[in-house]
Amino acid sequence: MSTETEEKYESYYVPEQSPWPIVGAVALFFIAYGGANFIQQSTDTVDTGDASWGGLVFMAALAVMIYMVFRWWGDVIKESMDGLYSAQMDRSFKQGMLWFISSEVMFFAAFFGALLYVRQFVIPWLGGEGNNMMTHAIIWPEFAPQWPLTTTPDGTTTTGMGAWGLPAINTAILLTSSWTLTIAHHALKANNRQALLNYTSLTALLGIIFLALQVMEYHHAYTEMGLTLGSGIYGSTFFMLTGFHGFHVTLGTIFLIVLSIRCAKGHFTEKHHFAYEAGAWYWHFVDVVWLFLFIFVYLM
Amino acid sequence: MSDHHPTGITRWLYTTNHKDIGSMYLWFSFIMFLIGGAMAMVIRAELYQPGLQFVQPEFFNQMTTMHGLIMVFGAVMPSMVGLANWLIPMMIGAPDMALPRMNNWSFWILPFAFTLLLSSFLMEGGAPNFGWTFYAPLSTTYGPPSTDFFILGVHMMGISSIMGAINVIVTVFNMRAPGMTLMKMPLFVWTWLITAFLLIMVMPVLAGTVTMMLTDRHFGTSFFDAAGGGDPVMFQHIFWFFGHPEVYIMILPAFGVVSEIIPAFSRKKLFGYSSMVYATASIALLSFIVWAHHMFAVGMPVAGELFFMIATMLIAVPTGVKVFNWVATMWQGSLTFETPMLFSIAFVILFTIGGFSGVMLAMAPVDFQYHDTYFVVAHFHYVLFPGAIFGTTAAVYYWLPKWTGKMYNETSGKIHFWLSMIFVNLTFFPMHFSGLAGMPRRIPDYNMMFADFNMWASIGAFGLGLTQVYFLVTIIMAIRGGKKADEKQWDGATGLEWDALPSPAPYHTFSTPPKVD
Ligand code: HEM
Ligand SMILES: [Cu+2]
Repeated sequence: MSTETEEKYESYYVPEQSPWPIVGAVALFFIAYGGANFIQQSTDTVDTGDASWGGLVFMAALAVMIYMVFRWWGDVIKESMDGLYSAQMDRSFKQGMLWFISSEVMFFAAFFGALLYVRQFVIPWLGGEGNNMMTHAIIWPEFAPQWPLTTTPDGTTTTGMGAWGLPAINTAILLTSSWTLTIAHHALKANNRQALLNYTSLTALLGIIFLALQVMEYHHAYTEMGLTLGSGIYGSTFFMLTGFHGFHVTLGTIFLIVLSIRCAKGHFTEKHHFAYEAGAWYWHFVDVVWLFLFIFVYLM
Repeated sequence: MSDHHPTGITRWLYTTNHKDIGSMYLWFSFIMFLIGGAMAMVIRAELYQPGLQFVQPEFFNQMTTMHGLIMVFGAVMPSMVGLANWLIPMMIGAPDMALPRMNNWSFWILPFAFTLLLSSFLMEGGAPNFGWTFYAPLSTTYGPPSTDFFILGVHMMGISSIMGAINVIVTVFNMRAPGMTLMKMPLFVWTWLITAFLLIMVMPVLAGTVTMMLTDRHFGTSFFDAAGGGDPVMFQHIFWFFGHPEVYIMILPAFGVVSEIIPAFSRKKLFGYSSMVYATASIALLSFIVWAHHMFAVGMPVAGELFFMIATMLIAVPTGVKVFNWVATMWQGSLTFETPMLFSIAFVILFTIGGFSGVMLAMAPVDFQYHDTYFVVAHFHYVLFPGAIFGTTAAVYYWLPKWTGKMYNETSGKIHFWLSMIFVNLTFFPMHFSGLAGMPRRIPDYNMMFADFNMWASIGAFGLGLTQVYFLVTIIMAIRGGKKADEKQWDGATGLEWDALPSPAPYHTFSTPPKVD
């Protein structure tokens, strides 16, 4: 029985014990504990007395988490370089990554859902549509439904962010980065090392430029446009969506930088480059989310 | 095949073994079950008589909230993941779960997440008190300071669930032994595959919901605040987009369990295997478009009320297919009634009662009457306790011989079953009546007219609680001193775990995949 299947199936690598997951669990606990405390202190919304340990605990735990990720993934890279991984293992990683990205898609879907629900239902209802005439007439008779919602029911005002300045440039940058990454990927498959390294680093650089421009955009919004997290539902959805996207671009850029270093070290071969593929998928995912953002947050 | 395994505490802390991790999940969920159960006892003690007896209303609210949260996220969900860990690799002929280190991480996050959640009892303002559904603005504007710790605790549980689900899906898609085609998989594997899909789709939405809560609480956003152009009702939409699939996440694996057990003790093949698969998939897909049946009373355009009412009732069709198939499997079988079978039959009957009250609640016009009454509490306990919990219990009795190599005492098992059966009905059946008569849920005191029903329910609850301690004793006795189990303990059992492995199953199984014809 076994010989026959052994020929068809290389053996699947089941790692020995590993200390990193439990380290990660402890770190996560203190990230959460310190983080909640820090948020309460720094926003003054809850009286936490004189305690001021939250930020410190959070930072320390975050450092442990980063260290843990390095060591854990270091183990994985080492095992991979040692040739312990079969093709089946590779498929596990790939499928795992794709399902992880699916879960990320659903995370963004929650915020897009909120945006569409607000625009489609909430704002018109606040303006008295449907059977909501009395809400409008009695509670907020001044309220005028519109999008971007520049005046909220309680009178907070702000300005809408146009699409054709920085956002359009950023769209072009991300689209270009998708293209450079594809060139790099093809170079990898053609075993063209130099092109691989150049185009991967270029993609990471485009990611950094994108982030820099986004920082400028936020600065402009906060200091000159009066557009903040606190300026009603328009600011809430704007910053939540673009902010989480920016966070993902940051992660993706770090991913690309690590990949560039590994490219330079010659870690990847034409056949064996799961990590590279994962990074590329992640980057394309971030890119697609941006296109939706550009349409629904900026353009429409 | 060596049975060597690491020892000491690091065996459990560092483990990458699906059996170790499965056991830890199961024990963890049982501890949570006892903690959540203790809170239920406080609730029922307070409700034994009208008037305020033991606790203050503020504390009562914390009890109902934490009871619900702990039972849902701490007891039921991890118990199902524990079963998945133990069983899926053995059932499909895989050496382990696909990503063993991540598997360990998924588990170990949970004890920390619940420490975080439970520590909120010690904080100023007490534990969360807004119900397990944490509706805004109760949880935003009016939530106690511990709400922020709750939010991050939910994030941790979500991370754990998503990683666990990814592991299950990848294992099922990529690790099956040659010849184990999808339509040959045991139904338990199928139901878990679909459950894992649901988890990946909705846990991130839950994460999004609590994130919006957090920013509303502290960073001035107005997602759930109409004054800023948001809407508290939107909270309910987003929450229930997660919440309704969540109830199937809790019950589908239990469907899978009874679909293994009923054929074994009927000594017949499962009736309508492929229709079971399609029914499970339809239930899962429909579960994405019914969420607002929890919101009939809060207000929606009439088209919405109608749509969600009809979509909800549609779910009764595939569910009916399943119940029919279970009954048809038993039809003309040579039945015996060992403990796992008893729990499974009770599952079919009592879950169906819960399903019927569900159809009643699905009718928008009458739900205006039932909403937020004890009728709802009766409904969801009928699907959760004799549903999800009986399903897990049946699984533990059925596979214990395979896991430990020891048999439980059949008399003890039967006593556990009959006491559970009697008390679960005594506890939850009267709640239908008090609910129909108008008794609201989440309330520490009530009108005199509900006194009798509540007294019966409380007596049942105390009995039900004690019976679960008896379950613990039965299991420990079996592990410590049970009779040695046979390789194939149940003559009607099928599947790789019974046909190809000894009892107890060795530490590492199927290092090379078996051939399945
Ligand atoms: C001995 C067993 C149990 C008893 C006596 C019990 C009793 C109760 C009672 C009386 C309530 C209503 C509290 C109120 O609204 O005032 C309640 C709520 C609830 N129970 Fe249980 N329960 C038990 C087991 C379970 C189990 C096994 C689960 C889940 C798998 C569960 C899930 C819930 C949930 C989700 C709520 C709603 C909490 C809320 O209102 O936010 N219970 N339980
Ligand atoms: Cu529902």
